[in-house]
Amino acid sequence: MSRIEREVVEPREKARSVDKAQLVHYYHQMLAIRRMEEALAKAYALRKFGGFLHLYIGQEAVAVGAIATLKPDDYVIATYREHAHAYAKGMPVKQIIAEMYGKETGCSKGLGGSMHLFDAARNFLGGYGIVGGHIPIAAGTAYASKYRGDGRVTLCFFGDGSVAQGAFHEGVALAALWRLPVVFICENNLYSMGTPLYRSLSVTDVSQKALGYGIARDRFDGEDVIRVRDRVGEAVRRARNESMPTLIEIRTYRFRGHSMSDAGLYRTKEEVEEWKKRDPIGYGRSLLEKANVPEAEIVAIETQVKQEIEEAVQFAEDSPELAFERLSEFTYKE
Amino acid sequence: MPTVAYREALNQAMAEEMERDDRIFLMGEEVGHYDGAYKVSKGLLARFGEKRVVDTPIAEGGFVGVGIGAAMVGLRPIIELMTWNFSLVAADQLINNAAKIRQMSGGQFTLPVVFRGPGGSAHQLAAQHSQSTEALWAHIPGLKVVMPANPKDAKGLLKSAIRDDNPIVFIEGEVLYGDQGEIPEGEYTIPLGVGEVKRQGKDITIIGWSKMVKLALAAAEQLATEGIEVEVVDPRTIRPLDEELLVASVKKTGRCLIVEEGWPFNGVGAEIAYRIGKACFDDLDAPVERLTGADMPMPYNHHLEAQCVPDIARTVAAVKRLLYLE
Repeated sequence: MSRIEREVVEPREKARSVDKAQLVHYYHQMLAIRRMEEALAKAYALRKFGGFLHLYIGQEAVAVGAIATLKPDDYVIATYREHAHAYAKGMPVKQIIAEMYGKETGCSKGLGGSMHLFDAARNFLGGYGIVGGHIPIAAGTAYASKYRGDGRVTLCFFGDGSVAQGAFHEGVALAALWRLPVVFICENNLYSMGTPLYRSLSVTDVSQKALGYGIARDRFDGEDVIRVRDRVGEAVRRARNESMPTLIEIRTYRFRGHSMSDAGLYRTKEEVEEWKKRDPIGYGRSLLEKANVPEAEIVAIETQVKQEIEEAVQFAEDSPELAFERLSEFTYKE
Repeated sequence: MPTVAYREALNQAMAEEMERDDRIFLMGEEVGHYDGAYKVSKGLLARFGEKRVVDTPIAEGGFVGVGIGAAMVGLRPIIELMTWNFSLVAADQLINNAAKIRQMSGGQFTLPVVFRGPGGSAHQLAAQHSQSTEALWAHIPGLKVVMPANPKDAKGLLKSAIRDDNPIVFIEGEVLYGDQGEIPEGEYTIPLGVGEVKRQGKDITIIGWSKMVKLALAAAEQLATEGIEVEVVDPRTIRPLDEELLVASVKKTGRCLIVEEGWPFNGVGAEIAYRIGKACFDDLDAPVERLTGADMPMPYNHHLEAQCVPDIARTVAAVKRLLYLE
């Protein structure tokens, strides 16, 4: 292991209620996210599109497990590493990939790109490029839910790099003060870009920040989609039933660099390989095997995902771009 | 026509709109139990309750973001900044989120939210509490910037701002809150992006906004005694700018002085001067001139402060220079 010690978190789960169909569904989602991002990385290398590309590879169980706890009306808001969250909230792969390609058929008409996926119809409130800047917005959407009494919950995802930002503290402080129905999920992948956690936070247990704000906290490892679902589910219930926020720290790891230009020189190959043993996709597949899902069915999922991604890439390739003449209508609403 | 104070006009605008639409709420520091740091929200807590008049901790970056989030999902927040000086800690929210979410989302989300509070210098508040931020905000596509000069405009423009579907920077004059003025009886609004000729004249146009309108009118009064007829034009909204009105006035008078409280470098006046220079090139009898705040942080000292903001004497002198009278 590297200098980043893996803190052992005791499994707290009791009886896991796992339905076979759900397992298959989560595996399908995680695999689609993985294959989609692999396709994106390939297209990026071929210069099919530009900009930044922050891959989520290695963290898939977090987005899939957490968002599985939501109803369609609930809100999700995330960072610039948000392809998975958008997909898990229901955004079609075609719209995601077309957005990367800068096409008019993309979710944001090619105006947002990789970092700014939005889907109003599915209550996916965006990917944001300024670290921590979306956390007060999450308090705002939760504020609106409480104001209207509509019973909706906001899930707000961010990385460990956000935790040093003032916006994180202001957003959490207001949510706690006003008892807002929001779940703050810190996806602690141990590095804020190239800086390891222990060089950016004096207390590396992020969940402890909840203590100062008087809200519930939780902390666990994120490779098991069922664990993520069940533990986030507790917080979602707290938000929905008691209108109380929770801060959850989920320990995870990104197998790729911070972005495509990152050679990853700040961590060892051994460390990366160690974490790859806990690949959420591999773990998900083992859950399917344990649940006696026939190999043929698993392979069928894999084939289906492959086809879905290929079609989406083709769709993006073939799609038109927005005309410059139309651009100004997006600056102000008339 | 009833006569009310500027702060009362703003209060009426909020109360009337909140009565009309329960998606509107007011949030900010001291807006509720304290009745407003400048008493603009006086009585609103008693009338609308804690759900709709919400006191916040001192966390502009937080509650400005809350306003943005609430607006994204269909509420219509009014976020009060105790002063625009404090907006700077929320600059990321205003610039990177409020102004850009509509475009970044391909038009899926719009933000009907008003950020309002006092701006400009007051009296001896020193550098951090005496500045004009309109040039900063007007620089940002996606924001509208509104700056009323009198009670009538304050009420009519605020009602329009609250009804607008875009994020609005609404900058009130910190030293104008006590100003009295007539307002129309009953319901009225003033559209954003429409300026007003505050005084007719034929010799020179003075363009000013917020409290500079008052200054320009006083200077015009003094110049009138010398037979100089000044036209005072108030754009009222900095962005979108009523360029047509400003240009029409300068085409008529052939001379233009822009009086602004803000700093000169990249100031609003610089943008207006460019537009006037371009549109009125063949009509100008003198170069477009600016009278601005001094190009330095505001000093505390009373005498030094007075020399750092435009005043009547320097306005009069600038007009005479443009008329080649001095």
